[in-house]
Amino acid sequence: MTPVATPFFFYMLSGFAILGGLLVITRKNAVHSALALIVTLLAVAGLYLMLYAPFVAGVQIIVYAGGIMVLFLFVIMLVSLERTVKERQFNRIWPIGLLASCALLALFLGVLAKGKTLFEGRPIPPLTESNNTQQIGLMLYGNYMFAFEIASLLLLVAILGAVIMAKKRI
Amino acid sequence: MTEIGTLHYLVVAAALFVLGVIGVLTRRNVVIVLMSIELILNAVNLNLVAFSRMWGNLHGQVFSIFIVVDAAAEAAVGLGILIAFFRNKETINVDEIDLLKW
Repeated sequence: MTPVATPFFFYMLSGFAILGGLLVITRKNAVHSALALIVTLLAVAGLYLMLYAPFVAGVQIIVYAGGIMVLFLFVIMLVSLERTVKERQFNRIWPIGLLASCALLALFLGVLAKGKTLFEGRPIPPLTESNNTQQIGLMLYGNYMFAFEIASLLLLVAILGAVIMAKKRI
Repeated sequence: MTEIGTLHYLVVAAALFVLGVIGVLTRRNVVIVLMSIELILNAVNLNLVAFSRMWGNLHGQVFSIFIVVDAAAEAAVGLGILIAFFRNKETINVDEIDLLKW
């Protein structure tokens, strides 16, 4: 299946992602920020689909947008007092933070300007229908078996830690 | 410009990264700081998947799956810490969490 209207979808999805990111860092209400982050996550999942990574896109939607963001919304409901919406939203030292981020952005733009020639002679080979999920499964249970087991151990420890920390009396 | 190459995805990822860094450095609400950290992790993931497509192998995608797992664990633990702290001092502003200051 040949891809069609690729620039339109790319600019639309990346526009949604960056707009969502802007809304996350500027909204007063934490619930609005969480919803904007969900929009960003779904747009990034769309970008993964454009990069021929359907399994990672599925993991992103199910785990990130469907699990982590729901957890965030639960915690926002638990800890959000009404006075937080009326208080000052930004730090007292926000100019320094903004300056540091502008320095980081200048560094990224410098790297982009210097390294642009590295990407020129490399056209991306078109991909026919392939078994992406099967190949990722083979890699996860083959090369990355050890990292896979450690990741499950990490999740177990995180569950234990979160339960114990949120208990009233240990 | 009409051909969407790897560089386009890297620019989007860099923009998301810088937005996440601004959120971490300037917001007072702890939950929004944690959400900005998730933005940063997503930018890194996008970078990895773009390079995985460029090189034609799947190592980048496998790495990004591990990063998603890691982000889930970190969000759970971070929010647990926030809830435990909120029980002590009824605030979620980072500059009011200063019990260890002299």
